[in-house]
Amino acid sequence: MSKFKKKKDGGLPAISTASLPDIVFMLLFFFMVATVMRDNTLMVNNTLPAADQIKKLDKKDRVIYIYAGKPSARYQDKYGDQPRIQLNDKFAVVGDVGAYILAERATKREELQNVLTTALKVDGETNMGLISDIKQELRKVNALKINYTTRIGDYTQNY
Amino acid sequence: MARKSPEVNAGSMADIAFLLLIFFLVTTTIETDSGINRKLPPMEELIDPPIIKERNIFTVVVNKNNDILVEEKPMQLRDVREAAVAFLDNGGGVGDEACDYCQGERDESSSDNPDKAIISLKNDRETSYKVYIAVQNELVAAYNDLRNREFERLYPEERMTYVEADKLYTDPRTSPKVKAKIKPKIDVLKKMYPQKLSEAEPSKTN
Repeated sequence: MSKFKKKKDGGLPAISTASLPDIVFMLLFFFMVATVMRDNTLMVNNTLPAADQIKKLDKKDRVIYIYAGKPSARYQDKYGDQPRIQLNDKFAVVGDVGAYILAERATKREELQNVLTTALKVDGETNMGLISDIKQELRKVNALKINYTTRIGDYTQNY
Repeated sequence: MARKSPEVNAGSMADIAFLLLIFFLVTTTIETDSGINRKLPPMEELIDPPIIKERNIFTVVVNKNNDILVEEKPMQLRDVREAAVAFLDNGGGVGDEACDYCQGERDESSSDNPDKAIISLKNDRETSYKVYIAVQNELVAAYNDLRNREFERLYPEERMTYVEADKLYTDPRTSPKVKAKIKPKIDVLKKMYPQKLSEAEPSKTN
């Protein structure tokens, strides 16, 4: 029966690393699934104001983003330092907002088209005039649900 | 049986996977945005706008120097929440318009009941967005404070505030059973203190 006897060669066997790729792949798949790639490069300064009475903006597929603020430093020689609107990857004027909303709405699934929210990601240093203009444009295309996107913090941080 | 089959060297597999892992780790943004939800009024003007009594309107103006004027008197931002609560919770109405759950002063020059009370927020074109959001935040906080108070009074068995209940309700991970349980309670509170916050078009600068 010595044929089945275990061989003892003494010393600790090395820990097998054969399962390491499996573990790493598992992590990899998790992050691949959880990743949301930033689809817009920000061309404006975007320090959001602080607020604490906020609601979460879940379900990214039913949100349209509008950015506004002063152009970032590298765009300032070209576009000046007055606050501007950014839609997708381009600077835009107020008149473009309506068409942009309609175009974005058309790309969404039909059942979502009535429940879309427009998230206004506006820099804290912007004047309300620009925001009022955007709001008027949104009213014209009947995009009435808006969200003033903020960061979480006490209101006193806004001074 | 002694013959070994050739094996592919998998030693570098881990390295490749690590490389990809690190790439996705760096590009991941898991956090979600949050902010103050608002509903804009529709474009069509009402042909016959309802007549609203002056005392049922609480005007908040943020002027171009970012000063806050509440009912035409200057006020510090930290006092706005309290003033709004006092206005909404006044309950000065009589008869059909009485408010039995209000704990306010029942002042005749202030609102009849929370359903009638409207907060009108006006701003100038040169108002700073930061200050505007801060004021919005405080006005929403006033509503939330009142809803919290009444929620805790009406549903002490829930052991949470209105804001927490609302958060639970909107959380997609909450089970439908729990949602169905808290939905009517949230609706009751929304009816007791409806959020009537109007954002008027900005005043002209000159």
